[in-house]
Amino acid sequence: MIEIKGITKLFGKKKVVEDVSVTIETGKITSFIGPNGAGKSTLLSMVSRLLEADTGEVLLDQTNVKSLKSKEFAKRVAILRQSNFINVRLTVRELVAFGRYPYSHGRLNEEDDMKIDEALVYMNLVDIQHQFLDELSGGQKQRAFISMVIAQDTEYILLDEPLNNLDMKHSVQIMKILRKLVDELGKTVVIVLHDINFASVYSDRIVALKDGRLVKDGPTAEIINTTALKDVYDMNIPVQEQDGCKICVYFQSQ
Amino acid sequence: MQSNVKRANRIKLICLFILAALSIVGFLFYNIQGSFSYAFPKRVDRVLAMVITAVAIAYATVMFQTVTRNRILTPSMIGVDSMYEVVQTVIFFFLGSASAFVVDRYLNFGTSIVAMVLFALLLYRFLFRADKYPIFLLLLAGMIIGTLLGSLVSFLQVLIDPVEYLSLQNKLFASFTNVKSELVLISAVILIACFIYGAFMMKDLDVMNLGRDNAMNLGVNYDKIVLNVLILASILLATSTALVGPITFLGLIVANLAYQFLVTYKHSILILGASLISIIALVGGAIPRITRI
Repeated sequence: MIEIKGITKLFGKKKVVEDVSVTIETGKITSFIGPNGAGKSTLLSMVSRLLEADTGEVLLDQTNVKSLKSKEFAKRVAILRQSNFINVRLTVRELVAFGRYPYSHGRLNEEDDMKIDEALVYMNLVDIQHQFLDELSGGQKQRAFISMVIAQDTEYILLDEPLNNLDMKHSVQIMKILRKLVDELGKTVVIVLHDINFASVYSDRIVALKDGRLVKDGPTAEIINTTALKDVYDMNIPVQEQDGCKICVYFQSQ
Repeated sequence: MQSNVKRANRIKLICLFILAALSIVGFLFYNIQGSFSYAFPKRVDRVLAMVITAVAIAYATVMFQTVTRNRILTPSMIGVDSMYEVVQTVIFFFLGSASAFVVDRYLNFGTSIVAMVLFALLLYRFLFRADKYPIFLLLLAGMIIGTLLGSLVSFLQVLIDPVEYLSLQNKLFASFTNVKSELVLISAVILIACFIYGAFMMKDLDVMNLGRDNAMNLGVNYDKIVLNVLILASILLATSTALVGPITFLGLIVANLAYQFLVTYKHSILILGASLISIIALVGGAIPRITRI
């Protein structure tokens, strides 16, 4: 369980995240939603220790994340950010192999190779595993990075807008894979999403942020309705049911 | 496919090693005229100084380029070699070429190294806050301070006695003739100490190719390694500069040749390759110019 307690982050004098407290339950997909600049990515960065909070604390199974060793933390929590620029030529497999670094420090053993193979199969990358990343499309590259995080084999997987650059087909594919990771392997996934319909259909819980503050936090069913969404996005969003899924039809709303 | 690349890299490294060894042997024995027993030990010192400089610069540059994530920068960005010019010029200006700081080579060597490393450390102390400012702020500040020091040096050089200036100039151009064997030995010790220290960071540097966020995600203590590499690079540069004079541009060339020549992201291989290319360029390139001794 990850407990975020009263966390605040300032960039200069601007409060990007202000006094947010959320508990992330294990074995579930939790989606962070909210308008641009709501502080979703910043919050995720603080949970994963990429950024230090100005006040407040993050507890991972009752221990403050600050007190954990880097290598140990990397075996328990994985994070993937939005922009991933690499200035060396790597093949897909080499990139995924980096996911094993917290365990093997560059010397891969049989177990590492097995985990790498699994991760490649999971993300459907086996056929292109020996291609160089700079020869791939944006979507394939994104899948390769997610595959690296899967190879890292952590209990918690944090993803910052993983559907960026992806077409519908691959977005659905990735959300299904995340669902599988949670349902079959018991992982905990926290994901920042812009398309609320993906949040609605695939996540168990939703955390809604706006202007750095927590607006809503609860099971998906409680958040995906017109009144709650109005608080988050300042838009009148009609919600319709389609095959048991709640779909927000926001395209023409005022 | 992976193993093919590995084998190709190994063959390339062996070729480089043979070429480097040939360069060294060539430098030691080519065109010796007059007394062998006089010329040979001198040549050994010179070749050692070249090898130390070549390796130090290659090593510092490759590591520096990884932590700055930029392949057209050299560690001279920090302004360490400008500091060298300042130290030498100030000594010549205020104390003159007959002072102990010039005549005593150890004293000169020691003063230069200490001043350069102190300068770099001070710069890091005040400007290295990776969580707050990007590393480029540090580099920009280093560059500007370097330029400022350069102007100061020019100013002093205009005022200095012309005869003094001539002997100062000798100090400010890289030169491998006349290196003292004891200084070579001290430099070698510093170099080896740096290697041992750097060896622990090699694997982490490989991961740092993925960027700060990904490297931290994989458990690498990114900011600490960046600082360590900056310190290491300054010590290596300071050592080679104090030994033979400023020659950092070489690093840019050999590091990029190594990236092109060796298909890998592994620093152990890249640094070895860059060092060998550096030795070939420096020692091999000096062979045609050997005269008499």
